[in-house]
Amino acid sequence: MIKFVPQLINLFATLILMLSFAMISQRRIVSLINLFMLQGAALVAASILLGYATHQPDLYVSAGLTLVLKVILIPWLLHRVIRQLNVRWDVETLINIPTTMLVGIGLVIFSFSLALPISRLSSSMAGGSLGIALACVLLSFMMMITRSKAVPQVIGFLSMENGLIFAATTVTSGMPMIVEFGIALDVLVGVLILGVFMFQIREKFDSLDIHNLEKLKED
Amino acid sequence: MSLLGLVSQLMAIVMALLLAPLLSGWVNQWRARLQNKSAPGLLQPYRVLHKLFNKESVLAEHASTLFRMTPYIVFGCMLLASAIIPTLSTDLPLSPAADAIALVGLFALARVFISLAAMDVGTAFGTLGARREMLVGFLAEPALLMVLFCASMISRSTSLTTIVETLAHRELAIYPSLLVAGVAFTMVSLAENARVPVDNPETHLELTMIHEALILEYSGRHLALLEWAASLKLFAYSCIGLALFFPWGVAEANAPLALLLALPVLVIKLAIGGIVLAFIETANAKMRIFRVPEFLATAFLLAVIGLLVNILLGTA
Repeated sequence: MIKFVPQLINLFATLILMLSFAMISQRRIVSLINLFMLQGAALVAASILLGYATHQPDLYVSAGLTLVLKVILIPWLLHRVIRQLNVRWDVETLINIPTTMLVGIGLVIFSFSLALPISRLSSSMAGGSLGIALACVLLSFMMMITRSKAVPQVIGFLSMENGLIFAATTVTSGMPMIVEFGIALDVLVGVLILGVFMFQIREKFDSLDIHNLEKLKED
Repeated sequence: MSLLGLVSQLMAIVMALLLAPLLSGWVNQWRARLQNKSAPGLLQPYRVLHKLFNKESVLAEHASTLFRMTPYIVFGCMLLASAIIPTLSTDLPLSPAADAIALVGLFALARVFISLAAMDVGTAFGTLGARREMLVGFLAEPALLMVLFCASMISRSTSLTTIVETLAHRELAIYPSLLVAGVAFTMVSLAENARVPVDNPETHLELTMIHEALILEYSGRHLALLEWAASLKLFAYSCIGLALFFPWGVAEANAPLALLLALPVLVIKLAIGGIVLAFIETANAKMRIFRVPEFLATAFLLAVIGLLVNILLGTA
């Protein structure tokens, strides 16, 4: 059984990367939230497997934290927000989606070539995952840049955080518990504040397009 | 070339010819069931073929030799394609004739001929269908090649039999790159076989049809051959998918007992695959034709990611 664990972790790493890519190409907000939920679930599975393989029970706690926050609580909050704001579609992207995906491939190649020498030196179980985690962070970052509506940007931010947690878990075999709790709390508070922001933007401009925020005074 | 190899090759060809219409019937039946319609019989494709073979073939006045030759060429391509894919056994005397790249070439050859034949008579629908078929094809081919290369990189060979032998009979390992390649392959085969998100195999609505527009001018035995070729293509694609991603149960060379066991295993795998296909077709809506390039570009990029993941994780 233990023989398959590194391979399974790599499998979940690939799944996380694939979901990041699917998020970039997704236009509908509801599907975007569901993809984010799946990515969280893959992260939970990878953490549990790593905890099992390296005999570190604190990784179970970290996985549980991710499960509660990113698979259950935050998607539920986001679903509620979009229901109340009545935004279903996010057709407008600043760059069209095929171009975004091509740039995404470039980012993946960049981060893989950056991580390849490091993972050769690494002795940890899932050293190869560093490149994947880096690619996820960059892809989510690009999603935040290219989307013009507020909700997909928040999802991009959260997905970037998924990538960071994944990098920290696989490369260092888990951060200190206090850091982990701190980040989890930060994310939760961040989402709550951003939720309030979205309602405020909506109330002010009747739309969630953040371009409206660029003007400092009314003409 | 051993006698057993010859037997397994003959078995593979005969089985492809006989099972391909059954697979189409099975998928149609499940799709009808899932859509709450009364399902056609499982043997309906055979009845259609029988009916068409007994009918007179009507040719358009200006049809050239190309138009008459095309059904035979397309049928031959699909038959050869299903003969070189290791479905029952990896001991196939015909398989050194064509590797994974030539397999994609075979599909391309059939596509070129059917598009030319559709334009040959000079109707508007034929030309429209040919253009759309080429639009789908030129994006689907590189994606299919990339998927096959993902598997080639694992086994270090483009020969289909070597690929399947490596995947099926070496020590069991989980290849993350095949996960991505599998998703890409599903998308490509939906597009290539004129299935729902890209084309609807049932419709004769002018504005949306692709495959039906190509074969609109054919009748009688020509149409029968083209319909049979279409089901052979679906069969061939299903077999590639099963061989790459679920290769267990394919017999090795010189294993007569395993060869006997391989047939029921394949039928069970195809039956499950057919139900999955019907599910995908029912759950999705047909997309606009201008969204198809995006759909196929996603498939291509996913397959490229599969290759990259293979490079990253394969050396680690």
